[in-house]
Amino acid sequence: MKREVPLFITGAIGLFMILSFFVPHHWVSVPADFLQACAVIVVAFGYVLGGANVLRVNLEGISRRERGWGYKIVLVVSLLGTVAIGIADGLRHNGSFPVEGTPSKWIYDNLYATMSGTMFALLAFFIASAAFRAFRIRTFDAGLLAVAALIVMLGRVPVGDVATSWLPEWLRLGTLQQWIMDVPQNASKRAILIGAALGVMATGLRVILGIERSYLGGED
Amino acid sequence: MTRRAPRRAARVVCATVLVLAWFAGGAPSARAQERFVIVPDSTAAATPAPPPPAPASFAPPTGLLVHDVPNDGGRALELTWSPSVDDVPGHGRVTGYYIERAPSPGGPWSAVDSTLARSSQYVDGSVLRDVDYYYRVSAFGDGEVAPARSITGPVRATSQWFNATRASVLAFMLLFFTFVLYFTASAQAGRKPFVRRIAGVDAIEEAIGRATEMGRPVLFVPGISDIDELQTVAGLVILENVAKVTARYETPIRVPVTYPIPFTIAEEMVRSGYLNAGRADQYDPDSVRFISPEQFAYVAAVTGMMLRDKPAAHIFMGSFFAESLLLAETGFSTGAIQVAGTANVHQLPFFVVACDYTLIGEELFAASAYLSGEPRLVGGLKGADLIKVVIIIVVVVGSALETFGLHGLTQWLATQ
Amino acid sequence: MWLATWLSNLDRRWLFLVMGVLVLEPLLFPLSLPLRVTPPVHGFAAAIDSVPAGSTVLMSCDYDPASIPELVPMTRTAFRHLLSRRCKIVITCLWSGGPGLVDSVTSEVAREFPDRRYGVDWVNLGYKSGNEAVMVLMGQGIRNVFPRDFRGNAVATLPIMRSVRDYTSFPLLVNISAGYPGTKEWVQQVQARFHLPMVAGVTAVSAPEFYPYLQSHQLRGMLGGMAGAAEYEVARGEKGTASKGMDAQSLGHLFVALCIVVGNVVSFLQRRRS
Repeated sequence: MKREVPLFITGAIGLFMILSFFVPHHWVSVPADFLQACAVIVVAFGYVLGGANVLRVNLEGISRRERGWGYKIVLVVSLLGTVAIGIADGLRHNGSFPVEGTPSKWIYDNLYATMSGTMFALLAFFIASAAFRAFRIRTFDAGLLAVAALIVMLGRVPVGDVATSWLPEWLRLGTLQQWIMDVPQNASKRAILIGAALGVMATGLRVILGIERSYLGGED
Repeated sequence: MTRRAPRRAARVVCATVLVLAWFAGGAPSARAQERFVIVPDSTAAATPAPPPPAPASFAPPTGLLVHDVPNDGGRALELTWSPSVDDVPGHGRVTGYYIERAPSPGGPWSAVDSTLARSSQYVDGSVLRDVDYYYRVSAFGDGEVAPARSITGPVRATSQWFNATRASVLAFMLLFFTFVLYFTASAQAGRKPFVRRIAGVDAIEEAIGRATEMGRPVLFVPGISDIDELQTVAGLVILENVAKVTARYETPIRVPVTYPIPFTIAEEMVRSGYLNAGRADQYDPDSVRFISPEQFAYVAAVTGMMLRDKPAAHIFMGSFFAESLLLAETGFSTGAIQVAGTANVHQLPFFVVACDYTLIGEELFAASAYLSGEPRLVGGLKGADLIKVVIIIVVVVGSALETFGLHGLTQWLATQ
Repeated sequence: MWLATWLSNLDRRWLFLVMGVLVLEPLLFPLSLPLRVTPPVHGFAAAIDSVPAGSTVLMSCDYDPASIPELVPMTRTAFRHLLSRRCKIVITCLWSGGPGLVDSVTSEVAREFPDRRYGVDWVNLGYKSGNEAVMVLMGQGIRNVFPRDFRGNAVATLPIMRSVRDYTSFPLLVNISAGYPGTKEWVQQVQARFHLPMVAGVTAVSAPEFYPYLQSHQLRGMLGGMAGAAEYEVARGEKGTASKGMDAQSLGHLFVALCIVVGNVVSFLQRRRS
């Protein structure tokens, strides 16, 4: 039963949700809406599992004095502190979070927002190093890719139009860039999207019908 | 018939009875509708009730028609009318229309909503299913109201059993499922189709071998999306195969995960991989770690793992976003061999540039079938390829038809 | 030749330093390069202009602080555009890190319109987990999905929400998104099912993915990255942070293009030597 019951549930609910896309009748749409709402609740409860794992792994590392255990203390204290402050602020403000002037808002503005922005900003530097190190033109196709990349990169910013303002309108980088985005890029993107969507459907079908069952674990 | 067959049959019967009981006892009815879904708000009075009627200097609207909105679950009625003859742009006498509704021709009438001048259509989504309603539409402006000359009804919103506008999607879906199931069965019967070599998948075992030689672990990143993203499912299936190989080579594996549900499944996959390799005792429960659903907190943790633990092989399989280049470039700086696969086309350029091998788009979904070599999985690939041929034919034929002004195929393919 | 050898062994931190200087300099000493407004951005502005004045518009801001430079300028300009047309705005967030940020941005813009009040002219419904499930459930009733707004008020008591039931209550969806869940999911689950006219503002890296939707008119207009945000500011006659950032982005792009060219020249010279 350990594998059959989950397989049956997966198959039944999967097929039912597919059915709900084609059958608008309330006998189908109402339970489908209920299942959607259930999914939201299950996902929310899943965070409890994740939080428990973070604490377990890091507390074990601290107790065993593993390499970098000092940082693990910072992590655990930050996690527990942020959760405690968030709960306290949430209770004080009727579940609203984060509210202007509260410690939660301070953490959000001065720690979370700044650290997220910093990590995202690293991309600019990494793109430069990747472009210098790895973007090699070894074949005709790669050369075509490089030319298109240069046109789009420079055409998307004002400097491209300024540099080619002396050329006829249709030859300027901005116009060429727009054509590349509208025509060849669009066509190839559609093809990849269709292929990926079919891959998603095939995988979904395999999971729903129980053909793919490795996610259940255990021996085959 | 084997001894297990009766038990299996009993399980199927129990499950079927449970499902039927659910439909019979808990199936959607007017009662269940209240249980499953908070009652739709039919009490909204979006606008104040119309002022007492005064003799109006403009004509009311005419020709009110009300019909059930098709292809829905009985949630809406559509009203159309001819605007007042005095509703002319620039003259400003008519500023809008009141829509009123009643359960009987004699009332009581309640205001449903109001629309702006020049409008001639409204969808009332606050109706109850299978209940008769009567409607009237009045024009208003400058403190005057031109009451409706007639009432339209009774009309009721009903559920339809099939959304006819999605017939084309159904046709393609059934065709696709037929192909996949046919070739799956065909492969299981012994006619396994040819699958071209996918260099990135072949490189996975090479990467793990290199990590074993160097005595360093393997890092597997199953994407940063939750389990509802099928790329995550595909990545986790590949993880089981990777775990099997690392178990065989006795190489440690590290799997940082973003969300709780993929985390539990990843644990199962790794444990299952070690079990299938006959090395269940070597499974390390700490090899799979929940990090954070927050994108950049996750990538900070994973890049930290790369720089401290220095895994010799990085395998990125799943759904990635802005963090893909951060992961790939940091991984490159440590000298690791990197294999990536994603169907997020906007991240493919970063992986192609920074990784040694990249699986593009549906190669990620094919990888699990390719790695396992199981006929039933490989057969499905051929089904997907065949439906692509059908789509290409439809695109070519459709383009030709559109060029000659024949729109039938395009209209049939358009969905709602 | 020694130059090629030196460049091939160049520590990448020098590249990081040059990139940092090139991005910082125009922010301190603006170049004021001229901007041209492209058709997708024209479409975005025109779609908002076509909304009847006084209507209630749905604005879904699906991003977090990491995307501030690209998406906050779009949010600011779009929100200001809608308020200037006397539209009411219902804001939702499907990213957990977003509501606080969006609340700050919209409150800041709303101060420019002293006669507009929260709860009457705009409301921030906050975050709800569930991704596509939330989008589908909103089609059955917005208030069922968001019983309280971001500030803890009961949604049913807010004047702006009296006329809002589901997607039929809105003439337009303005979606500003950084990834998943975002524009693609809104197009698939809402625009395609409920035929709600839609415009989108997205990050530059994901913009190419949505050009098919622009061509099929499922998206009436699109802002792609900081460039799109800057073009929108120009179209609206404003001078915001995106316009100021375009100088830095221009130099950054030039430098990356230079890296590609120089890297290939070095590689070519080394191959020829060996």
